[in-house]
Amino acid sequence: MLEIRNLKAEIEGKKILNGINLTVNSGEVHAIMGPNGAGKSTLSSVLAGRADYAVTEGEIMFEGKNLLEMSPEDRAREGVFLAFQYPVEIPGVSTTNFLKTAINETRKYKGLEPMEATDFLKYMREKMELMEMDKSLTSRSLNEGFSGGEKKRNEVFQMAMLEPKLAIMDETDSGLDIDALRLVSNGVNKLRNKDRSFVVITHYQRLLDYIVPDFVHVLYKGRIVKSGDASLAKELEVKGYDWIKAEVEAAQ
Amino acid sequence: MNQEKENEDIIEQVVSQEYKYGFTTDIEMEMAPKGLNEDIVRFISNKKNEPEWMLEWRLKAYRHWLKMEEPDWQNFKYPKPNYQDIIYYAAPKEKKKLNSLDEVDPELLKTFEKLGISLQEQKRLTGVAVDAVFDSVSIATTFKEQLKEKGVIFCSISEAMHEHPDLVKKYIGSVVPYTDNYFAALNSAVFSDGSFVYIPKGVRCPMELSTYFRINAENTGQFERTLIVADDASYVSYLEGCTAPMRDENQLHAAVVELIAMENAEIKYSTVQNWYPGDKEGNGGIYNFVTKRGSCEGANAKISWTQVETGSAITWKYPSCILKGDHSIGEFFSVAVTNNMQVADTGTKMIHIGKHTRSRIVSKGISAGKSHNTYRGLVKVAKKADAARNYTQCDSMLIGDRCGAHTFPYIEINNKTATVEHEASTSKIGEDQIFYCNQRGIGTEEAISLIVNGFCREVLNQLPMEFAVEAQKLLAVSLEGSVG
Repeated sequence: MLEIRNLKAEIEGKKILNGINLTVNSGEVHAIMGPNGAGKSTLSSVLAGRADYAVTEGEIMFEGKNLLEMSPEDRAREGVFLAFQYPVEIPGVSTTNFLKTAINETRKYKGLEPMEATDFLKYMREKMELMEMDKSLTSRSLNEGFSGGEKKRNEVFQMAMLEPKLAIMDETDSGLDIDALRLVSNGVNKLRNKDRSFVVITHYQRLLDYIVPDFVHVLYKGRIVKSGDASLAKELEVKGYDWIKAEVEAAQ
Repeated sequence: MNQEKENEDIIEQVVSQEYKYGFTTDIEMEMAPKGLNEDIVRFISNKKNEPEWMLEWRLKAYRHWLKMEEPDWQNFKYPKPNYQDIIYYAAPKEKKKLNSLDEVDPELLKTFEKLGISLQEQKRLTGVAVDAVFDSVSIATTFKEQLKEKGVIFCSISEAMHEHPDLVKKYIGSVVPYTDNYFAALNSAVFSDGSFVYIPKGVRCPMELSTYFRINAENTGQFERTLIVADDASYVSYLEGCTAPMRDENQLHAAVVELIAMENAEIKYSTVQNWYPGDKEGNGGIYNFVTKRGSCEGANAKISWTQVETGSAITWKYPSCILKGDHSIGEFFSVAVTNNMQVADTGTKMIHIGKHTRSRIVSKGISAGKSHNTYRGLVKVAKKADAARNYTQCDSMLIGDRCGAHTFPYIEINNKTATVEHEASTSKIGEDQIFYCNQRGIGTEEAISLIVNGFCREVLNQLPMEFAVEAQKLLAVSLEGSVG
């Protein structure tokens, strides 16, 4: 599904990603962990196509297409979803209206007719039940005045609505208390299936207690320096990142 | 990265996209000679076969205008129009008196069809009566008969002068006298047509009334005059729309609108203004210098102005309310969008005279390109206006960093029991907001439209349903290519 080869990226001349290689197959959940400043959020931004970052080398193939040649909106329409670390507020635009626009723009891209209003509402109701979303949330202005937990749940709800092939979750656990974390993780687990892949970016292991990954990768200084299964995350929880840093220094 | 290149392409594409309503209609016209003098005023009055009192009033206005000076307190510069270089009367050549729509020149019907306004009554399912004004004259007014049954008068002002002279004579100039300002004086002297509405006592007008203004001819000015009288305990909702062809020169549009609401009456006046804005270098476009004012004459009267201003090279107007009746209410809801080199200096005046009068002002200014957008408003509470209340909210949104937003609120309070609140905010459309939308599959143009519509929600909600959709689309079109 996703094939990242020797990806190098920088922002304002500062090199952040220094040759990332990662393969994600359908249905797999990959966790990307690493200390602060390792390049985790940069990786998610580059995948989603944020213009601030310049890709200097390498390629990203998504379902056989060159992702780097696509605009951010086309990447989304092709099935790449980013759950933001800091979801943005859009005053006066309800979540309902926002999602209707998003879905219909994607349908237009695929040459489909826009969804009928009644069909859309029915579809949304189903997803709200599935995600155990509070009704009032969808009629409020998008993310405006939402608590941290509400914002993250809204991200996962949007994911459920847009049904992406690849979901990238950028530090979705940051700022969540344990109850909110459980709710958000439950939502994500409901969306796991054999056709949908996840790249879960996190600083802490605790999220991975709920969303159990198939693979864990450690990102350090813009490179994946260690990969393993879910047990690697447990090991990091106990030992921290210093031993990995030491390993890397030693290897150099 | 490719992204930037792509953005440039989109912008290029959109900027080169033409003003959709910029076509001209090829039709035989009858015109007055260029220039302005007493003979021209007589010519217009004569063309319309007006009663003597009307001509006298026009001449008084003209003579007064000669003594006035063009104002220069506004927040923009413009080359003063050469008033001797304008044609003050242009009308499609009429071969005979029209008895029904079937007799309207098909070329004209086609023009209005093209603008999305069907004058064929059977085709209008929405239940909106339309008065269509082409250059200087009213072409057709639909649903006249149905309105007549309720006693509602809806016709061109020229017709009203003949059919209902007492009403016209009584109210014309009663809210905006010809001495009011330079452009009102000019309008009073040379106004060619416009709409007249009278709603009798206790009648709720059964449908939306709408006037559609179209400037077609070259070198002409448009000076229409609208007069709406809502008698005791009546209600009317009225909407005006306007477009013009694309021309390199600036064309002057100086209209006057007067509203009169009697005891317990309510008038809702909505404007969707889409005159040609000029090209992106600022060549051409309409000078929209308009005087709009309503008077709440009786107790509990209510006047609401809602305006969505997207067109014109310069928009300069302050739809106002004079709150004479006790407990009367004035409202002003405005969205003004400026892009490229456009200028808007707009707002309202709320004059509290009666006791317990209330007013509410919600203004949303959006500036993009190199445009300048000014809110200017006056809230005045007279000595005897006990317990008057005003709430003003002015929000500005900037798109890009070459535009400007300005706010000039004037407050004059002469009564200690008044409560006046003013809130203002300025925000910038964020790259973050746009990227967030992009990441959900929403393209940049669509994202701006979504964000701007959200910003204007409160005002758009005031528009009649059908026009709200229209206005939303218009906002999107006006801002196309505004993000670089």
